[in-house]
Amino acid sequence: MDLNSLSIASARAAVQERKTSAVALAEAFYAKIASDDPKIGAYLTLSQERALAKAAEMDALVARGEKLPALGGIPVGIKDVLVTQGVKTTAGSKILSNYIPPYDCTAVARMEAAGAVVLGKLNCDEFAMGSSNENSAYKPVHNPRDLSRVPGGSSGGSAAAVAANTAIATLGTDTGGSIRQPASFCGVVGLKPTYGRVSRYGLIAFASSLDNIGPFGKTVQDVATVLGVIAGRDPMDSTSAEVPVPDYVAEIEKPVKGMKIGVAKEYLGEGLDAEVRSAVMAAIEKLAKLGCEIVEVSLPHTKYAIPTYYIVATAEASSNLARFDGVRYGHRAQGVRSLSEMYRRSREQGFGAEVKRRIMLGTYALSAGYYDAYYLKAQKVRTLLTRDFEEAFGKVDAIVAPTCPTPAFKLGDKVDDPLAMYLADIYTVTANLAGIPGVSIPCGETKEKLPIGLQIFGKHFAEATILRVANAYEKGA
Amino acid sequence: MPTTLDSPVAANTKYEPVIGLEVHVQLLTATKIFCSCSTRFGNPPNTNVCPVCLGHPGPLPVLNKKAVEFATLAAMALNCRINETSIFARKNYFYPDLPKGYQISQYDKPLAEHGFIEIKINGGTKKIGITRLHMEEDAGKSLHEGFPDSSEKTGIDLNRSGVPLIEIVSEPDIASPDEAYEYLTRLKEIILYTAVSDCNMEEGSLRCDANVSVRPRGQEKFGTKAEVKNVNSFRFIREALVYEIARQIDVIESGGKVVQETRLYNSNEGKTYSMRSKEQAHDYRYFPEPDLLPLVVDANWQAEIRKTLPELPEARRRRMMADYGITEGDAYTLTLTKFLADQFEEAAKAAKNPKRVANLVQGELLGRLKAKGLEIEQSPISMKGVAESADLVEAGTISGKMLKDLYDLCFERGKDFPVVYEEEGRPKQSTDTSALEKIADEIIAANPKQVEQYRAGKKTVIGFFVGQVMKASKGQANPQLINELLTKKLEG
Repeated sequence: MDLNSLSIASARAAVQERKTSAVALAEAFYAKIASDDPKIGAYLTLSQERALAKAAEMDALVARGEKLPALGGIPVGIKDVLVTQGVKTTAGSKILSNYIPPYDCTAVARMEAAGAVVLGKLNCDEFAMGSSNENSAYKPVHNPRDLSRVPGGSSGGSAAAVAANTAIATLGTDTGGSIRQPASFCGVVGLKPTYGRVSRYGLIAFASSLDNIGPFGKTVQDVATVLGVIAGRDPMDSTSAEVPVPDYVAEIEKPVKGMKIGVAKEYLGEGLDAEVRSAVMAAIEKLAKLGCEIVEVSLPHTKYAIPTYYIVATAEASSNLARFDGVRYGHRAQGVRSLSEMYRRSREQGFGAEVKRRIMLGTYALSAGYYDAYYLKAQKVRTLLTRDFEEAFGKVDAIVAPTCPTPAFKLGDKVDDPLAMYLADIYTVTANLAGIPGVSIPCGETKEKLPIGLQIFGKHFAEATILRVANAYEKGA
Repeated sequence: MPTTLDSPVAANTKYEPVIGLEVHVQLLTATKIFCSCSTRFGNPPNTNVCPVCLGHPGPLPVLNKKAVEFATLAAMALNCRINETSIFARKNYFYPDLPKGYQISQYDKPLAEHGFIEIKINGGTKKIGITRLHMEEDAGKSLHEGFPDSSEKTGIDLNRSGVPLIEIVSEPDIASPDEAYEYLTRLKEIILYTAVSDCNMEEGSLRCDANVSVRPRGQEKFGTKAEVKNVNSFRFIREALVYEIARQIDVIESGGKVVQETRLYNSNEGKTYSMRSKEQAHDYRYFPEPDLLPLVVDANWQAEIRKTLPELPEARRRRMMADYGITEGDAYTLTLTKFLADQFEEAAKAAKNPKRVANLVQGELLGRLKAKGLEIEQSPISMKGVAESADLVEAGTISGKMLKDLYDLCFERGKDFPVVYEEEGRPKQSTDTSALEKIADEIIAANPKQVEQYRAGKKTVIGFFVGQVMKASKGQANPQLINELLTKKLEG
């Protein structure tokens, strides 16, 4: 039995039936990390002590003849923007190189309460700002499918770890596509839930109104399992919704026959790679064969999504990142002579180029005299984008689109061209602006064996619906 | 009663000042506005803190419901209109005691607007408009002194970070430093009545900034304003305004222009100093706080809160004047604090003559408290004791002199009136007529001149005799009885 390639259900069953132990499973993953991760770079920090204690706890449950919880003994990795009490959390930034959080992120706490074994913290673009993971202050992540290529970003480590079998499932965050795009690039399943579905408590904020925590897995079922654990109202997050959490694992097995699937021309236009296009068209045909009705829909404001996104996201980021001032924790510049110099030098030394760029963009967008023209206007466009989806979902149950316009690009290809990098998010930012869920699942490969991702959007809180479509496609493909 | 300061400013006939006040009031909730940390004042630095109020990465604010209720109650007491939906916003600026780099406040959609309070000025009444009342969190404190390394380091205490505040912004309706003083006095009184804050200026639970400008009398357009900050008593606000108005008039009179700036008041020198100009002013980059939902205080909730609104001082004074036949001056003194007013009313209702209770409180009690440096809450004599003593005097059982002595003993012994009255063996006034008759006869015999005056029709001389008899009987006699006795003897 190759312990590293198991799904959640099979790994849990193996531990429950004592074919292996949770400790042995964790050790197998640490061994795999030791042998494979140096060339991938998915992990920033390992938390063996915490992991092995949790694994032993799960083994003790089994020894007492008790039933394992949903994630009992499952080795998982956590994106380094989610805080973990006592385990260094850097957000991929030098400014937090020495930061040990005094508390746990709700999603992580829920994973552990469900028996998950947290192997360590996963590499990402600094403060989740990036689409290639090249903005990590520590090291880039290499795509396990082709080490010369990027894994996508910002949750590059989270996608790569699942693709490289160095974790069974992982948590990432998605502010403009940071789960779905790397899932697409690495050939795994990644879900951005509805805004408010998963508590953001303990997520180091990039853009508060766009940030979401979501799972990566090898299969739709694995993703559904993790979502069931982390979803639901959290009194510590006022924006988390009081909406019941269905049994996703059961829901996804329901038939898709007769479901209406929308296809939007705005997602299939100029700039879309030909191979990606044909893979997505083939996937749509497949869904039709599975009994879905394919309906053309229009999302006319899609063309404004990128500028809208980069105004809202950077504006919020400029405020969210103000707390990194060197006063209470994190990097503080030495040898300064005044307060303002301490601020300037600490932030100048602690933040990378992309983070500084976004802080400046956002500060500008919120400045007196510009607020109405930029931030307020962007919020209005956001409402229009949301309305586009609401109208479309009046006609269809889900909308399919490519996750990204291209497959994974080479490391270094776009580092000097931030605008080209921003356009990698063109099909994903809309779900964040509208607050709807979106999942990316593998839908074939290019001639160069690079994974292609199919994206499925749903109504607010309709994760069960899009995962059902994804599951049907995955099983039928 | 409102006090007035004879300021030269008020008398300036050429210019008139325009003043608006911004008052920050700390709410008396047990926990902070966005986390469950204690709001207790005086704990060791950085002990009432958690990831939320320390501005750690990742935690989120959760609004304290009690703080909303307190803020709404204060807004209702200030005659404001409550906005059913209000929005929290981030006010962004860097300061070491502001942990998140932004303060969560309210900006274009505050909790309440369009209020007013009435002030008494120059014998009349004036309405001062309240533009808005909004909720926000307090910042921490920078500690520049008091530590061995204070010369090179500044300490930060974040115990206060996240303590709930309301900011009350007045309209520029205030026309003099005296009006400002009176506005603040009435505002504080109202807030204290609602009990949502202790308004303790020393502990920083009430803070005030003043916007002030001057303009030639008759001109409609406002002059350029300065904001005066860092003033920690009402008296200093008045002084700072007097200084600042005179300074601005001087600037204009000498051909200069007032610049828009923030100025700090130095109470030792009685002067204001420029802190930063408009060009250096912060751009706070307000935007709606994405971590909080819009605050909705719907009609039902408002009605619940309104039920807890107590009778407010001005209404109470009018009612007390009617109920107890006391003067406006009495009413002001007796409503200085809600506690005093409650106590007085309790006593007044129990006593036979409320007016006498009012007189005793003002004539005998407050003075003794002041001499001892005590607050009314610390008085050894309860209002029940005052009522009982008032009844004893009313019934003629004790004299005014005896009451004064007994009050002195109460303060000496730190005991309530009934206790001391008991301890002193319930000194019964003498009703032994034969002994009194003897004294009366002696007094009459010793003062033939006064007897003659009385018999010539100057009946008021009886007072003299009563006094003499009281003195001779060492205050033990019942004045009414003596009066009757003497009248009989002198008439006869």
